[in-house]
Amino acid sequence: MSGGVEIPVVVSDIEQATPTVRRFRLTAASGQPLPHFAAGSHVVVMMESGERIIRNAYSLVDRAEDGSSYSIGVLKTRDSRGGSRFMHERVEVGSRLKISMPVNLFPVFAPGRRHLLVAGGIGVTPIYAMADELKRQGADYEIHYAVRDEAHGAFVGELRERHGDRLTLYRSDLSEVLAVREILPGQPFGTHLYVCGPQGMIDAVLEGGREAGWPKEHLHSEHFQAPPSGDPFSARLAKAGITCEVRSDQSLLEALEEAGVDAPFLCRGGACGQCEVAVVDADGELVHNDHYLSEDERSSGRKIMLCVSRLKGRELVLDL
Amino acid sequence: MTLHFKKETFRDDYTFSNSPEAIRRFPFPFEKDEYMYSVNIEQHMPGPQKSAFEFPIDIDEHYVAEMEDRAKVLAQDPGRCQSLPHMITAEWDLLELLMESMSKHYPEHFQLTRDGDDWRWVNKPLGVDQRFVFGDVSTLPYPPMEYITRQCQGDFALLDQRLDNLWMDAGVITAQADWSLDFDIGMNFMEWHAPVPLAKDMGIFERALKFLMNLQQGRPVRRLNWTMTINPRLDTSPENYDKWGVERTTVTPENVGNKVHLRVELQAMWRLPRSNAIVFSIRAYMIKMEELVTVPKWGRRFHRVLRDVKPELAEYKGLTRYRQMTVDWLSKHDDGAPTSPGFAPD
Ligand SMILES: Cc1cc2nc3c(=O)[nH]c(=O)nc-3n(C[C@H](O)[C@H](O)[C@H](O)COP(=O)(O)OP(=O)(O)OC[C@H]3O[C@@H](n4cnc5c(N)ncnc54)[C@H](O)[C@@H]3O)c2cc1C
Ligand code: HEM
Ligand code: FES
Repeated sequence: MSGGVEIPVVVSDIEQATPTVRRFRLTAASGQPLPHFAAGSHVVVMMESGERIIRNAYSLVDRAEDGSSYSIGVLKTRDSRGGSRFMHERVEVGSRLKISMPVNLFPVFAPGRRHLLVAGGIGVTPIYAMADELKRQGADYEIHYAVRDEAHGAFVGELRERHGDRLTLYRSDLSEVLAVREILPGQPFGTHLYVCGPQGMIDAVLEGGREAGWPKEHLHSEHFQAPPSGDPFSARLAKAGITCEVRSDQSLLEALEEAGVDAPFLCRGGACGQCEVAVVDADGELVHNDHYLSEDERSSGRKIMLCVSRLKGRELVLDL
Repeated sequence: MTLHFKKETFRDDYTFSNSPEAIRRFPFPFEKDEYMYSVNIEQHMPGPQKSAFEFPIDIDEHYVAEMEDRAKVLAQDPGRCQSLPHMITAEWDLLELLMESMSKHYPEHFQLTRDGDDWRWVNKPLGVDQRFVFGDVSTLPYPPMEYITRQCQGDFALLDQRLDNLWMDAGVITAQADWSLDFDIGMNFMEWHAPVPLAKDMGIFERALKFLMNLQQGRPVRRLNWTMTINPRLDTSPENYDKWGVERTTVTPENVGNKVHLRVELQAMWRLPRSNAIVFSIRAYMIKMEELVTVPKWGRRFHRVLRDVKPELAEYKGLTRYRQMTVDWLSKHDDGAPTSPGFAPD
């Protein structure tokens, strides 16, 4: 995720959507329109919290008609040590943040004939954008949304207004249960299901789908799991005799470049093999994030791709 | 930058040729004296001034003639432009990308004015002044992909991303090196690459696909590919094999310099914003051997590359019939001197 485009934004509006969810409107600081995004995308929000930069992914709920802003919905997680607490407690109207370009790991299946959108809790954020897109296309869709109670359901009013009786709400305070075996039967061939919510709910929905004989290609999910965080470590170049620190928000390649080392690269995405370097010693565990090295090469611990891989540990010594 | 557009043909009397400036900016694809497949993907960053990489979309002196050639191909064979219904959003994304890039970098020739969804597109070389509503197909004379690619050099394929793969679900392919959109439409990355020798066993397609799945908006990438063509014909399609296949037999030691062309494809890939699709552009550049050897390093190097290229590659690229004759011709331009690393002329 490092090395990408960073877009400065200003928080222009904050809405307390539920007791635990806030919606933030992020307006481009440059005044230029923000990029369009495909429904289901998220951005990485970068928050400067003292010494450290917190990077959390948040799904894009919408983009203003004129492109001037995006909105995101953030749940304040209990015992948060990081980003969601920062967003709720430190960010106010006028605060400046940076975001990445939109990335989509949860796209609508474009050739799908009918779409079942299933959300639980804060999992509603990408589902909100997907429902809007399907409505715009005049597609056939339904929304199934499970909430604790009406007050804890973020954006329920808006969803009802936009999608009418395509929306079914399940309130656990009324003992209404979102049971996948009641949704699936009778769906025509070519229907796709998308689920986003707590892990338990995703598991149950996917399992229900498989039990009902749905091909796995028709079942899509996104889990709001924090991406593996890169811990800082040091890199020592055995031949050049240089040591540099690799911060958590940069890649090994970027750290070397910052230290003035002219390291080889081509794709910067772990595919081309240009940045392969021999490992002399590693005090810790190599974390290989590339698509280049073979299983054998990885397990040998002798090679690393500078552009995407790192060390979980103290010091990495490279043959450079 | 003001361009002068040549009047020339890519068929029948084949009047196509390169000006000295076009030769100097030719995207010579060999950085060493040998060639083998690799995952040669790099970021599509602006390159040196006047090079083929200066701008994301390169327009050159052959623009008008190439667009005339495309119109002829489409008139004969509408199947060269196809789009599955779910690709309409990607088509609009492509139209925006091309109009924005062309008007930004060649403002003397192309202008785009936007007022919300009311757009006006002016293309001076082709005499177009079109007002339309972005997103409303009925306001353009062709669907958006066909509309804009009739006005932009290069072939284009639109790939939908789903099920951990890329699917060739739309494209405009009129200047291809012997592959067919009509055959490949609806195929995935591994399926359409199946005819390529050796690369699969080298794991090239697996890595390239994984890389492309993560391609980010705003960070396009490119690669170069090459083959050879007899006579400067853009449309070397399987559909028209009867027209150009025989031309391979017309090469003689006397006409190599004029007939045999190195054909380089500058292939760029962008993630599209609204659709999450990828656009793959294939911009073909041709240069005849006589023109190539005006850059001594290129003459030396191409001689060595062609002499030593693996037979499987030569066979796949269709070079077998005239390869030796071309190597012999090029050998007169190779004094055995060492060549400097990198693509650029010395
Ligand atoms: C694709 C995607 C989309 C998402 N969309 C949304 C959305 O729309 N709305 C939403 O509310 N959430 C969303 N999330 C979740 C969001 O990114 C955060 O994970 C969530 O807000 C919790 O963040 P936190 O920092 O408060 O949690 P924490 O529990 O504090 O931390 C989360 C992780 O960060 C690490 N961490 C944090 N602080 C430290 C520390 N001091 N030292 C070491 N490690 C630490 C931990 O490994 C922990 O697992 C999404 C996640 C993904 C991957
Ligand atoms: C997603 C975009 C891409 C599209 C649409 C595409 C399409 C094609 C097609 C249609 C062919 C011809 C196959 C045939 O003979 O029928 C081909 C060949 C090939 N492709 Fe791709 N390709 C893409 C990306 C890539 C990438 C990223 C690589 C990276 C290594 C690659 C490597 C090759 C190679 C090595 C060949 C053989 C070329 C030759 O020897 O002339 N392709 N591709
Ligand atoms: S730069 Fe391509 S694998 Fe690292």
